[in-house]
Amino acid sequence: MTDIIEVGPIVAAVPHQRPRRTRTGGLRRNVRAHGFLIGAVACFALFSWYPMIREFIMAFQRTKRGQTTWVGWTNLQHITADPAFWQAWRNTIMYTLLALLLGFAVPFFVAVLLNEFRHGQAYLRILVYLPVMLPQVASTLLFRYFYDPGYGLFNQILHFLSLPGSSWLASKDTALISVVLASTWMNMGGATLIYLAALQGIPGELYEAAELDGAGVFRRIWHVTIPQTRLILSVLLLLQIVATMQMFTEAFLLTGGSGPEGSTLTVVYLIYNYAFNFNNFGSAAALGVVMLVVLAGFSGVYLWLERRTKEA
Amino acid sequence: MAAQTRTLISQTQLSRPRGKVLYWTIFGLVVAVFTLVFIGPLYWMVTGGFKTTQEVIQNPPTLFPQHPQIDAYTAAWRQLNMARLLFNTIYYAGGALVLQLVFCVAAAYALSKLRPVLGNVILGLMLMTLMVPAAVLIIPQYVTVVDLPIVHVNLLNTPWAIWLPSVANAFNIFLLKRFFDSIPEELMHAAAIDGASPLRTLWSIVLPMSRPILGVVSIFAVVAVWKDFLWPLLVLQDPSKQTLNVGVNGLAVGIQQNVLIAGLTLASVPAIIFFLIFQRGIMSGLTAGSLKG
Repeated sequence: MTDIIEVGPIVAAVPHQRPRRTRTGGLRRNVRAHGFLIGAVACFALFSWYPMIREFIMAFQRTKRGQTTWVGWTNLQHITADPAFWQAWRNTIMYTLLALLLGFAVPFFVAVLLNEFRHGQAYLRILVYLPVMLPQVASTLLFRYFYDPGYGLFNQILHFLSLPGSSWLASKDTALISVVLASTWMNMGGATLIYLAALQGIPGELYEAAELDGAGVFRRIWHVTIPQTRLILSVLLLLQIVATMQMFTEAFLLTGGSGPEGSTLTVVYLIYNYAFNFNNFGSAAALGVVMLVVLAGFSGVYLWLERRTKEA
Repeated sequence: MAAQTRTLISQTQLSRPRGKVLYWTIFGLVVAVFTLVFIGPLYWMVTGGFKTTQEVIQNPPTLFPQHPQIDAYTAAWRQLNMARLLFNTIYYAGGALVLQLVFCVAAAYALSKLRPVLGNVILGLMLMTLMVPAAVLIIPQYVTVVDLPIVHVNLLNTPWAIWLPSVANAFNIFLLKRFFDSIPEELMHAAAIDGASPLRTLWSIVLPMSRPILGVVSIFAVVAVWKDFLWPLLVLQDPSKQTLNVGVNGLAVGIQQNVLIAGLTLASVPAIIFFLIFQRGIMSGLTAGSLKG
């Protein structure tokens, strides 16, 4: 009883004090709140916001022997005149299309399959995700060893099965697909687990109803599974396309970046090449701006189409 | 798992004799294929380290090392400077983790609970960075790190070049803020009435309630540093300062194949152990972060 009497007046007094406190304490409260923010804001300012602005400035500048001059559209003209520019974009689009075929479809069907299993799901999940956790250098250099046309494991297996071997990374026809295969092995775990979580959210009654209507397995996938996971599918599709367009590490580690006759050259590798092999930061920044515009344009169109199909 | 909700194939269909046979055939096949596809390469890597230089490039290859020997492992440990690289990677990951926990948590707490003027603008600007592809910013970020504005310090080859940019992680701040938003406001008021300062409230009330999200963010922070390649390649050019990813790749040329493979195994072991210990948190964090985010 005494407790309540003691606490009561204080609680009652708080709303009463409020207006006075906000006037005199508002400034102090705000300063203190910004004090909590200052560390993160400083890091964002230095390493995100400022570089974003600087990216656009650098695209129109050239630095020679410590002298930075304004060169206008010269950098852009320079990069589009480089034959590597078109090759890099062609390859990057090719990577993206192949990644859609392999990196997008394979994890989805693996997830659909795993979701049906009543046993061993935990084990299979760990298996699929294990490569994602490996240091990239380990998995890619391992694949480089497997891809060796002479003693590599893949050709040995093909020979064992009496199939003709392939030159994998060493030939301009197969280098790009080899990079995509390795990259799919390394990265499919993340998407698979996300799809699995989405599949587990589908209400069972929908399958029940479809089955009563006489829908077979494939029609159930088409009419229940895919529409029910549509949102997550379309988000991951966009994220995956944006990520694949920025492909760098796998190609860099597997073929040194450009590969036989530039067959694995990507746009991000070209940016790296301009800056760190030719010391031309202006052209690198200009190419970065082109990439930003392409990705932003693509994402915009994608989201617009997405909304239109949803309304229709 | 037994009494789960129904999926694509119904339980009754599976318990019919034909369904049972089909189920176990497919199940067995998938387990075999997945084990082969995902463990096979790792098996080849670990055993490759036990083979001699001759055997590792032998044609046809051997399934088991003929005369297992650990020479390649000791050579890899020495030649690839493994102890140094491993220490560096753990040091960078640990530092990034501490800095992110301090600054991202503080920022998310301020944005969620203290709500200063312009707080929403700051949050908006932070989230905006998620839409800019990381590869595009690499060049201006590098130039900034070489010559930090105002103070004119060069961060190249220092841990700060890894640590400070890692704090500018909008996704982690967003995850933390969303979690803090779900902590009832009444608790904050109660703490304020008891005379607790905002810092004290954060420490004694918000943080103890936020263990799950702190776990998720910590795992993200460590894994990001562990896996990153392009950024450390640019800012850590001194071989004695490099991470595992960059260092092993730099030393990989002109090294014997079996020593290199042994080195790759050594580089993978800590990651595999980390994964097996935290697999539940890693995998549920992945889906929690993406599905609702």
